[in-house]
Amino acid sequence: MRLIESRATLLLTYAILTILLVITLFPIALLVLNSVKPAAQIIQNPLALPETFRWDNFTRAWNDARFGTTMLNSAILSGLTIVLVCTTGSLTAYVLARRKIKSWKIVTFYLLATTTAPIQLFLFPLYFGFARLGLINNAVAVSVVYTAIWSPFAVMLLRTYFLAVPKELEEAALIDGATHWQVFTKVMLPIVSPGILTVALIIGLYSWNEFLIATTFLQRADTSTAIVSFFLLSGQYSSDWGEIMAAALIIVLPVIILFVLLQRRFIEGMAGGSVKG
Amino acid sequence: MHRLYLLPTLLINVVIILVPAMLTIALAFFRWDGISMPVFIGLGNFHALWADRVFWTALTNNIIWTLLFLTVPIGIGLLAATLLLVARRGSMFFQVIYFLPMIIATAILARVWQGMIYSPVSGVNGMLQRMGFPTLDPLTQPSTALIGIATVDLWHWWGFLCVIFFAALRQVPQEQVEAARIEGASFWQMMRYVLLPGIRPTITLMMIMTVIWSFLVFDFVYILTQGGPAFSSEVLSTLAYRSAFYDLAVGKAAAVAVIISIFGLIATAFYIREQAREFDQ
Repeated sequence: MRLIESRATLLLTYAILTILLVITLFPIALLVLNSVKPAAQIIQNPLALPETFRWDNFTRAWNDARFGTTMLNSAILSGLTIVLVCTTGSLTAYVLARRKIKSWKIVTFYLLATTTAPIQLFLFPLYFGFARLGLINNAVAVSVVYTAIWSPFAVMLLRTYFLAVPKELEEAALIDGATHWQVFTKVMLPIVSPGILTVALIIGLYSWNEFLIATTFLQRADTSTAIVSFFLLSGQYSSDWGEIMAAALIIVLPVIILFVLLQRRFIEGMAGGSVKG
Repeated sequence: MHRLYLLPTLLINVVIILVPAMLTIALAFFRWDGISMPVFIGLGNFHALWADRVFWTALTNNIIWTLLFLTVPIGIGLLAATLLLVARRGSMFFQVIYFLPMIIATAILARVWQGMIYSPVSGVNGMLQRMGFPTLDPLTQPSTALIGIATVDLWHWWGFLCVIFFAALRQVPQEQVEAARIEGASFWQMMRYVLLPGIRPTITLMMIMTVIWSFLVFDFVYILTQGGPAFSSEVLSTLAYRSAFYDLAVGKAAAVAVIISIFGLIATAFYIREQAREFDQ
């Protein structure tokens, strides 16, 4: 769709788009640039190119934020959450896509409503309850909390994938003598696997980045996530901003690489998930 | 048989969200420090909040935040989305970059802005000061702290809206656009009478979500200022969090949470109505 062909308009369009591009990239560029600079040079001029490359910012960041432990914790937590959300979510989405009965509608709207509930509405009893049950500093418990919060999103996204599968396929398998469970695992799941991959990516990203729940429930140094240990490292008074930016880059780099490789999936998942519920 | 498939999701949801939410509503009428027996005090927590200056600051800040986010990022997002439609070439590239801040952890974005931009020591702000510009660190001034935080959130948020609006704009029926072109519509007339009405459902939905999310805002406030200086940037969610975990006034925190939820509930009612409309199609 060509709206306007005048060159001046086109030029102005690209000028504005480029300004917005620069504004978007400026803080991210500062992050990358200053991660290799000594603290003294950052204080002099955060915009200048590095005179000397301080690669040891990364080794110090790795040690001070205990990334050896905390990155592993984050990876385990993300992995657990992905598995929980994908298994429970695909089961629910399958049913909600296939049945058109009144009570399924109630389930759908209940799930939609919980996506808009503020975390503070359930955080406090949950915290004190978990504390009593000894579930603080427990990655499995936190992944269950994440699953509760994000599975409605996963269900709504996966439901659209299940809806796209022709009903005849399912009926044919049933006539051939497959059980409902076999239809679900052998016929449906392989077809909707692109949807499950999208959900896994988004849920992985969300749990990798999550702050509020992680900082509340994973307090001990050996159980905290990379984000929380970054938060603690960067909150100290004698801050070496070169080291902090290096720590930030270590956490962000795998995310950015995945995003560049699978941008379409990320954007469709995140944007589609919130537009379509 | 099929009913069982719903069980895991519903069970987790009820145990983690519904039951604790009910308990929070009950707790709002009790005084509780998280350890000893809760004491029933009726509307005591709400009376205390009514008289609490910080609560009113927080509520006002949430309302300012909502108004800000209903206008600025939606405006920039719409502008950028229509420009992408005009530009066409390179639109995918611009889109991906605009979206980029959304995938970076809020804790990291907050620290980058704090240390590299706002800080009078290590940030661009400090450099400007040394060059003689009278710039201040917005986060340390009571009058500007909230705007300083909102700027970071706006910066990371508008690109997401742009992507959503751009996707919606591309789905406006081609015939309508062609018809308007043949009638000799100018760009602004095209916007006003064809494109904006075409994506109205999307804009409405985003506005409803903005209201809901504006009352949930937590990360950037908690990390950048902890609600300070002098509670000037406090919002309801940080007030609730601080009450529960720092002051051990869990009843008061629960009361604040209930108030946040009431605002959310109103917006949610609209949200579900919009979704139900889409669902029936």
